[in-house]
Amino acid sequence: MPPAVDPGPDTVIGPGHNFLTVTERITNTVFWPLRRTNKPWFYALGISFMFMQLLLVGALWLFYKGVGVWGIIIPVAWGFAIVNFVWWIGIGHAGTLISAILLLLKQDWRTSINRFSEAMTLFAVACAGMFPILHLGRPWLFYWLLPYPASMWVWPQPRSPLVWDVFAVSTYGTISLVFWYTGLVPDLATMRDKATKRWQKVIFGMLALGWRGSAKHWSRYQMAYLLLGGLATPLVVSVHTVVSFDFAISILPGWHTTIFPPYFVAGAIYSGFAMVLTLIIPARKWFHLEDLITMRHVECCAKVMLGTGLIVAYGYAMEAFISWYSGNPYERFMYWNRITGPYGWSYAMLITCNIAIPQLLWIRRVRLNLLMVWLLSLVVNVGMWLERFVIVVVSLHRDFLPSSWGMYYPTVWDWAVFVGTLGFFSTLMWLFVRFLPSISIFEEREVVHHLSGGPHHSPEMAPAQGD
Amino acid sequence: MIQIQPATKNKSVDLARLREKLAQSGGPEYWKSLEELAETEEFKRFVEDEFADRSEEWLKPANRRNVLKLMGASFALAGLSACTKQPRELIVPYVRQPEEFTPGKPLFFASAMPSGGMGLGVLVESHLGRPTKIEGNPDHPTSLGRTNIWAHAAVLDFWDPDRARAVTHYGDIGTWAQCKAEIMSAKANAALRKGAGLRILTEAVASPTAADLLNTIQKTFPQAKWHQYEVVSRAGGNAGTAAAFGRPVNALYHFEKADVIVSLDSDFLTRLGPASVRYAKDFTSRRHVMTDVQKKEQPKENLQEGYQPGPDAPFRNQASSHAERDTAGHGLPPQVKASGIPVDQVTQPRLYAVEPTPSNTGAMADHRFVVKASEVEDFTRALAAAVGVGGAAAGGNAHPAIPAIAKDLQANRGKCLVVPGEFQTPAVHALAHAMNQALGAVGNTVTYTDTPEANPVDHIASLRELVNDMFNGQVDTLIILGGNPAYNAPADLNFIGALNKVKLRVHVSTHLDETAMYCHWHVPEAHFLESWGDIRAHDGTVTVIQPLIEPLYGGKTYTEVLSVLAGESERTAHDLVKSYWAANSGAGNFDAWWQVCLHNGTVPNTALPAANATAKAPAGMPAQQQQGGGGLEIIFRPDPTIFDGRYANNGWLQELPKPLLRLTWANPVLISPKTAQHLGVGSMDVIEIDYNGRKVKAPAWVQPGQADDTLVAFLGYGRTGGGKISAGLGVDMYQFRTTNALWHGSGAQVRKLSGVWNLATVQHAQTMEERKPVRVATLAEFQKEPGFATEEVIQRWDTLYPDYHYEGYKWGMSIDLNTCIGCVTCTIACYAENNIPVVGMEETGKGRWMGWIRVDRYFHGGVDDPEVFFQPVTCMHCENAPCEVVCPVGATVHSAEGLNQMVYNRCVGTRYCSNNCPYKVRRFNFLLYSDWYTQSLYGMRNPDVTVRSRGVMEKCTYCIQRIQSAKILAEREDRRVRDGEITPACAQACPGDAIVFGDINDPHSRVAQLKAQIRDYSLLEDLNTRPRTTYLARLRNPNPELEKG
Repeated sequence: MPPAVDPGPDTVIGPGHNFLTVTERITNTVFWPLRRTNKPWFYALGISFMFMQLLLVGALWLFYKGVGVWGIIIPVAWGFAIVNFVWWIGIGHAGTLISAILLLLKQDWRTSINRFSEAMTLFAVACAGMFPILHLGRPWLFYWLLPYPASMWVWPQPRSPLVWDVFAVSTYGTISLVFWYTGLVPDLATMRDKATKRWQKVIFGMLALGWRGSAKHWSRYQMAYLLLGGLATPLVVSVHTVVSFDFAISILPGWHTTIFPPYFVAGAIYSGFAMVLTLIIPARKWFHLEDLITMRHVECCAKVMLGTGLIVAYGYAMEAFISWYSGNPYERFMYWNRITGPYGWSYAMLITCNIAIPQLLWIRRVRLNLLMVWLLSLVVNVGMWLERFVIVVVSLHRDFLPSSWGMYYPTVWDWAVFVGTLGFFSTLMWLFVRFLPSISIFEEREVVHHLSGGPHHSPEMAPAQGD
Repeated sequence: MIQIQPATKNKSVDLARLREKLAQSGGPEYWKSLEELAETEEFKRFVEDEFADRSEEWLKPANRRNVLKLMGASFALAGLSACTKQPRELIVPYVRQPEEFTPGKPLFFASAMPSGGMGLGVLVESHLGRPTKIEGNPDHPTSLGRTNIWAHAAVLDFWDPDRARAVTHYGDIGTWAQCKAEIMSAKANAALRKGAGLRILTEAVASPTAADLLNTIQKTFPQAKWHQYEVVSRAGGNAGTAAAFGRPVNALYHFEKADVIVSLDSDFLTRLGPASVRYAKDFTSRRHVMTDVQKKEQPKENLQEGYQPGPDAPFRNQASSHAERDTAGHGLPPQVKASGIPVDQVTQPRLYAVEPTPSNTGAMADHRFVVKASEVEDFTRALAAAVGVGGAAAGGNAHPAIPAIAKDLQANRGKCLVVPGEFQTPAVHALAHAMNQALGAVGNTVTYTDTPEANPVDHIASLRELVNDMFNGQVDTLIILGGNPAYNAPADLNFIGALNKVKLRVHVSTHLDETAMYCHWHVPEAHFLESWGDIRAHDGTVTVIQPLIEPLYGGKTYTEVLSVLAGESERTAHDLVKSYWAANSGAGNFDAWWQVCLHNGTVPNTALPAANATAKAPAGMPAQQQQGGGGLEIIFRPDPTIFDGRYANNGWLQELPKPLLRLTWANPVLISPKTAQHLGVGSMDVIEIDYNGRKVKAPAWVQPGQADDTLVAFLGYGRTGGGKISAGLGVDMYQFRTTNALWHGSGAQVRKLSGVWNLATVQHAQTMEERKPVRVATLAEFQKEPGFATEEVIQRWDTLYPDYHYEGYKWGMSIDLNTCIGCVTCTIACYAENNIPVVGMEETGKGRWMGWIRVDRYFHGGVDDPEVFFQPVTCMHCENAPCEVVCPVGATVHSAEGLNQMVYNRCVGTRYCSNNCPYKVRRFNFLLYSDWYTQSLYGMRNPDVTVRSRGVMEKCTYCIQRIQSAKILAEREDRRVRDGEITPACAQACPGDAIVFGDINDPHSRVAQLKAQIRDYSLLEDLNTRPRTTYLARLRNPNPELEKG
């Protein structure tokens, strides 16, 4: 087997790989005996698991006492819960973009990271989906937002963007799951075939849904995958557009803005790619996947971040410009208050994290420096969280009538639930990279096939099995 | 089976022998049963056996057969019990329904609320025998249908779970009979010495019955003494009028007749006890400005065609529900004429206020002069000299505005009024009355009567005499009827030290307060809602206080306790009041007369006649002694909400924002911005005040409009007893208050300490930020530009959609900022009507205050002497309600009558509605705020309004329960709801008649006509929410000579 050495930014796979080696490289991460797993993975999982318990405790206390355990008040009736919801939904977007749009655009660098990003999408949506329920005053009645045939014939109120949100997010969650699982099926079959232990064979066998790798399977599979890609593509745009409607539909200065849909989508992809980089840089090291996830992948992700970051910067600029240009005193005050008000620090940090620092990505040497890219991805994650904080909290805390202005201070329970979802998300991520093929095996084999200049370039003719 | 013997049938007890035994009093004093008393054998055995009569059976060792038998039987019986039918219980309706009593319909009873030696006539709402709400009595001269904050809070005081529930002796539960026996024996001892050693300490007494009893006691025991002490008494006024007239008299002001009013540190709109209710109504009666200029543009929805207005004549039904009672035709704002007066003739009285710290009266003033409390007397002297009161010599540097004020007063002879401050020196009072005399005001804008107090003494002198006698051992028995002198007596008297020297100390009060801790006996006092009594109003009119319910905790009234001393035996309060009036009514048919008195809530012909009083120039009045200079002036004021501390255990009043401060749950020390800057102190900083040798830590609060170099200390906080709520809140300022400086003293030093003292404010921003939620113009500006309130507004009524056509009613509200005095009575009335929960200091401080109607207060102008504006804000019931669109479950919806309704059952608590509400009037139950567990509060709640649970949004409903009850009545009578038939709780309470509610579809309704006024404007109109609640802009009438810039 070739050594796990990064081949540099020009190729998506290290030298010396054939069908067998890529298969084993990826399946080995799963079939390794547990005790031989890298120590950092154990530490990361342990810490994540501990933080996940904060979510448990925080949610139980919340259900017991009510949302008053958080710092929300009148006028700031939405706080961390909505900030986190939007942030997590945004993070999910990278996965969908990579798997759907880049699939349709036939980008070669999507292959090694699509499975990983799709899993990330799924888990991020799971985290995001928790918040709208947790934040309800009466969370046990969350199903009233769903259109079910109630005996009283009451339906959700369709003019409310929160109802659109329910549909958008649940559709998104469903499609993400189906897409992810569909992509996994041929690999699960490979795992089944590679497994040496009986119980592994049984489990992977059941998960593989009877995949035999026949040409017919492949033909239908490719069609289904493309169709799913087509279905998911509009979701990349629509989900965060609808999430932005939660704000844009209102009349609150700072929320009531037509630029929100595109600017939210760009921001979502921005933060999504940042999160991909945050996770994949340590993961590829721990599992020795440097020759499959190469600097090319990292650099491409960094470029997407730079691009979407510039769109976001344009959004900020337009927001500021229009609030001045509109001549609306409330809008003008809102922007001035963002900069100079009691939460001015958050706006300054937001601009620093989201606009100023990421400009370093123009420099190729920075893009090729793993540590720098990783740190920048963290900075962008923080910045994008602050963006939602500024939008949600800072707009609300001083609106129309000065008499009802107030200040929002998050409590320990706000933080507990937020940090708890971080723990929940990363726990799931670490479990995923350890127990499922985190890189698409069959697609890697395709890459090997392409690079070796094999005669059959069409995906339909991809080899069914590596061995 | 085990043989269980039936308990032996009692052998018959020899009753004859028992009677004999009891008569000899050789038997036990307390006995449970006749058997015990007879000391029968069976009884002795019963007491001794743990398992009476069955012990032997149980002690037998169990064998297998018996165990199995028992088990089998148990199983069989367990199965049987499932088949048992519940016993049939019959619910029997009334065989004979009590008169006028319909379950579900409230009854209203006229009564009066005693407060500081004066009564406020009220109507008490009773649901199934439970007093739930207090409203003003339209027939009562002090109330005229209006109320103050304390009247509404009285319901919570009554149901307060912390009330004293039993007679206690050294803290242990005793009985009234024991206590009475001890009083009787003390009385018998005192009787030997003509009553020497017997003392009674009361608050100010304005009850004819109580006064009669006290006089009887004094006649029987000439050596016994009756002392009075009330923190906020009329002592200053009494001393002043005594100086001016030779005897204490009662000044009655007639603000409705005054064109020019000068307030010399008098907050007559809120601080003159119940009289302020009447004064506020009179004062604002001249500010309902109606012009003939109508608004040019009306909203597109036109008035309904073919609408038939109801008959104009007011009608009166058997009063029994809100809807019916409110049409009774009194207490409503002045009937609005279809056309008002021409704009160029618009006028309203001019008010000058001189005060050291902002007050509601100062906020309404056209000219406000910030003067230190100690300098008000100098100001008064200078003004008196300027209006030509003989003997008054202006001293020092007179205020530059005085010539202009004097000129204005003299130009309005007979139509002007000078009001002396309730916390000012006798000299200020005497000079003010002399000025009124000189300006021809007496007989016009001010009249004099005897005081309504039974015995107007100087309370401080009275208390000092008592304390001296106690220290000298001359007091054997002290009966304290109400009041809390151990807490609120002036610090230099050392009341507690003196009290401890008294042999028998009996305290009667509603709560186990500080004084109760130092008394041998504490007797729970009957609240006025559960007792019989009588009380005089500010003009002397007597109201018979009638109970709504049996005393909850067996409380006693003052009169009942006094009757123990006055007569041979105790008499009931009912008996006392009724027999007093039977003797004094002079009515032929007393029973009929009595019924009428009870029904109307006033006793006819008891208003005190005008006294023939002529103020003489107080030539001999010594100028006040300037106390040792240096330091800051400290000014004591009763707290704006919890008053002198007596309401400290009342959650509604604690959480009611103090009007000028917008603070709750604490008493910070007010400091002017300049002084604060000088001292380096900011709001919520901890400061240490060093005054009179005492040091106290307190929070600071920088108050715009406060006189420089002064501190305002609010009394009433820092209590150590009296209930769970009152104890431990705020700082006790009584420890600074001495008899020589009761209301202001000098020489206070302030030192800033480290740390922050968190205070719960409900309004963080103080100014309007150029947004003009309150619109104001001077009369001159108004005459020049009548449409000033709406001229800058961009109206966005254009829409592609047709307007909704309101077929039936279309409810709306108008709030007149020109008559709103900012007294926050509307807020507390809403608490009482709508079961609004109290959330506590911490939650209020966070921003989770639950009031449905708030009174915003804005400062305008410089920080040293800003103008102050009030604006009540409640749900606007917008036509285009932003909240409705965003609710995902349709929990807030528009009704066919234009109400924005909140469906609690459907609300899941996303709170988006609140975020999208530009007025931020929605309130959210972040936690379980309603007290679901305190049983005594169940009785207090309004059964017509849901008690909200956790996680639900709530807001003003325009009192939909009242709308519905009026509609049901109207439907039953096959007619439309008449104008004025529905009054929301806020409008009903408002002493300024600022809030008017009605049907906008009826062009003749008051609200429709007010909305057609040119002064009408909507809050945040440019958002096109089209609120149903609109405002009438405020007008000012400044003196052109004094108008700045």
